[in-house]
Amino acid sequence: MSGNSIRDTFFEECEELLEALVEGLALLEEAPDEMDTINAVFRSVHSIKGGAGAFGLDRLVNFAHAFETVLDKVRDKELHIDEKMMSLAHRSGDQLQDLVSSARDDSPLNEEAESGLIKELESYLGGKSVVEDFSFDALTLDFDGPAVVVDIDEGAGGARSFNIKFKPTRALYENGHEPLLIFDALAELGDLSVTADLSGLPDFDSFDPNDAVIAWELTLLTTETETTLHEVFEFVEGLCELDVNVEDAPQGISPQASAVTAPTVEVDIPFDDVPATENPGTPAQVSPADAGGGKASSANSKESRGPKPTLRVDLDRVDRLINTVGELIINQAMISQRIEELDLPTVAHLTNELEAYKLLARDIQEGVMAIRAQPVKPLFQRMSRIVREASDATGKKAKLVTVGDSTEVDKTVIERLADPLTHMIRNAVDHGLEKPEVRETEGKDSTGTIRLSAAHRSGSVFIEISDDGAGLNREKILEKAVEKHLVPKDAELSDPEIDNLLFLPGFSTAGQVSNLSGRGVGMDVVKNAVQALGGRVSITSMQGKGTTFTIVLPLTLAVMDGFVISVADQTMVIPISSILETIRPNVRDIHMVGTDSHVVSVRGSYVPIVDVAGSLGLHSGDNSGGTGILLLVSTELQGLTALRVTAIHDQRQVVIKSLESNYAAIPGVSAATILGDGKIALILDPEEIINLGHSAGPDLFSQPPKTELSHV
Amino acid sequence: MSETAEVRADTQFEFITFSAGGQNYCLEITQIREIRRWTPVTALPHTPADVLGVMNLRGAVIPIFDLAARFGLGATPANERNVVIVAAMDGTTIGLLVESVSEILSVEKSAIQETPDIKSEATRHSILGMISVDDTMVRVVNLEAVLDAGKGVSL
Repeated sequence: MSGNSIRDTFFEECEELLEALVEGLALLEEAPDEMDTINAVFRSVHSIKGGAGAFGLDRLVNFAHAFETVLDKVRDKELHIDEKMMSLAHRSGDQLQDLVSSARDDSPLNEEAESGLIKELESYLGGKSVVEDFSFDALTLDFDGPAVVVDIDEGAGGARSFNIKFKPTRALYENGHEPLLIFDALAELGDLSVTADLSGLPDFDSFDPNDAVIAWELTLLTTETETTLHEVFEFVEGLCELDVNVEDAPQGISPQASAVTAPTVEVDIPFDDVPATENPGTPAQVSPADAGGGKASSANSKESRGPKPTLRVDLDRVDRLINTVGELIINQAMISQRIEELDLPTVAHLTNELEAYKLLARDIQEGVMAIRAQPVKPLFQRMSRIVREASDATGKKAKLVTVGDSTEVDKTVIERLADPLTHMIRNAVDHGLEKPEVRETEGKDSTGTIRLSAAHRSGSVFIEISDDGAGLNREKILEKAVEKHLVPKDAELSDPEIDNLLFLPGFSTAGQVSNLSGRGVGMDVVKNAVQALGGRVSITSMQGKGTTFTIVLPLTLAVMDGFVISVADQTMVIPISSILETIRPNVRDIHMVGTDSHVVSVRGSYVPIVDVAGSLGLHSGDNSGGTGILLLVSTELQGLTALRVTAIHDQRQVVIKSLESNYAAIPGVSAATILGDGKIALILDPEEIINLGHSAGPDLFSQPPKTELSHV
Repeated sequence: MSETAEVRADTQFEFITFSAGGQNYCLEITQIREIRRWTPVTALPHTPADVLGVMNLRGAVIPIFDLAARFGLGATPANERNVVIVAAMDGTTIGLLVESVSEILSVEKSAIQETPDIKSEATRHSILGMISVDDTMVRVVNLEAVLDAGKGVSL
């Protein structure tokens, strides 16, 4: 069991390392000579190799080793990064990813591609076989604690003497680090002498045993490189002031301090676990010195790019917390309402405190939600591979540009967005971009650009996938739709309407079924997936300029901003995101069409009215029109529609509760929520409501397709 | 069903008896989570008459059924004494509106009689058996049947 969990941890770390690798490669694309980036890429591959070795994943180790050796040559400036090398590095990265997932899932993998890549990698090493002269050194793997990482760096010629000034901060001890262990590790590298600097020690009375006051000066005589030395301090980087100076001439070592002793021995204070301390008077000096130290050592600058400390938590725990916080919010709303109802005289204190409670509850909720939120970066990075594969398969040149990949989105959204995004990216390369020759004749760069962007805008997440290709061929789309009997032959459709035909089930424009897309599973599946997340997808296209798909998603799946409305005596909630505007109509703006349909004139155009109460089969007191408030919503299928409700009461954030867990799904209702008075209000699904309202008439869009998303 | 069968193996059973639609019913005590006073519920659209709506049970949304209406005995008239029995089975929690709750009944296994061969298949399905208490007869509600019928509802 514990072996498994270590293995799981390894694969989790692999994910992160692979992310770092892809990111590094992307950076290299722009700045091929950036040493820090090359180092970071090298480290990722190296760490994967190290971990894989510990688990006996030989195939992974072999490949990582070949890859790493080439990267090492690049690091030593023996090889230069060119386009060919870059492409190889990308493909090797992809292969490494495949190997990792194959090792994790025990799934078979194509060996041909792997051996081909290894050969290609070896060709950079002057034909010398990499695998043969490689032996894995198990010592290089040490997940925790300061470790001596023996790197592949060639050692510098002779022994050199390093002067190290090491001043831990309080945080170092708080994180459970022990200078003695670091000194031990250093002592293994060569001859070490240590002197403790007790000058920062305060008076006994002002002494805080938890503080850090002792600094050390170390002299190390070693044949190792400075990098190796820094690796010893890798885990305390940022937690101490570290200054390393090299003296090339070997120096005599003062013998009296050659034995490393525990710091407490030299301090004459009767606490056994006294960590060294920092003079309370000096913290102001720490930060500038720290910054200086950071600049002084090259290893520091590369570490500053490292990830922030994070915590891995079981998702269930977070979800439980989110649920509880949801209860707290509801409870808070109920308390507020009760107190209001009491109608107490001059209860200013109570109101203030209540307000504070409200804010705190909101803060907690936002904090908890933030735990689930994750940057879209890993998702976007995966797409760069899709673009590469798609452009290889189609013979088109394409590059992926990502914007806003630090935008944070709910974890579930990220997970469920992976498939639709993959599909759309493939489509963009396959159908969107033109062939290089065509692009050149049109005066475009022969390499097409796929732009993937994410941004937060007014409480929603906007994800855009755009290409700079030919744009949609509307004639062809219409022709195809007619051919497939999706629209009547004589239909007069506007451009956006034609664009939206793409979302119809079973629609595929590619003249022939290609390797990539166009297997009859089309954008409708993408649309369903996005809608299942409470989002919507739209499309804009410019002839000759390209096509943009926009996915709009709610920030979280657990809370939502809604209007509290009343419909035929019932309180309900309607998502604000779907409402364009609210209208209190003038009686003379409402016209009757046919026997029971109404339209309202909004700035000159006639918009059909759907009575929400009628749609839901609720008894509505007054159905004659004229009263009530109209909510103007826009849906992909029905266009503009006005929903008639009795009144709007409030706008607030509501916690979404599933109806399906204890009952069945109800048409027109997406979920329920609990209002401040403890009562349940139903959350309406405007699109469904409109469909229900229209369901009497024939409607070619009304059958919801139930196809699974399965593109390859 | 298997759960019920297991419990049957023991000889002593405890039931809570209540009245719905003028008849005496009971539910096994292990299936009952709590008994609540009737509070107005939120009606659901497109549901049959016996689905009264949904209620907030400490943050969970649970459907409330009118048991009398479900058994075809007509809607339960509004009354001060009406209570909601919250019952759970297989992770699904529902509320049953009944006229009133009477007592806890402790009976031997042998005291539970098979449902006699009556005409209505639906009735036989919704009743597991019968217990005779003094001069009255108490029907054992088959919660599973109530749940199944509830889940099957759609437009």
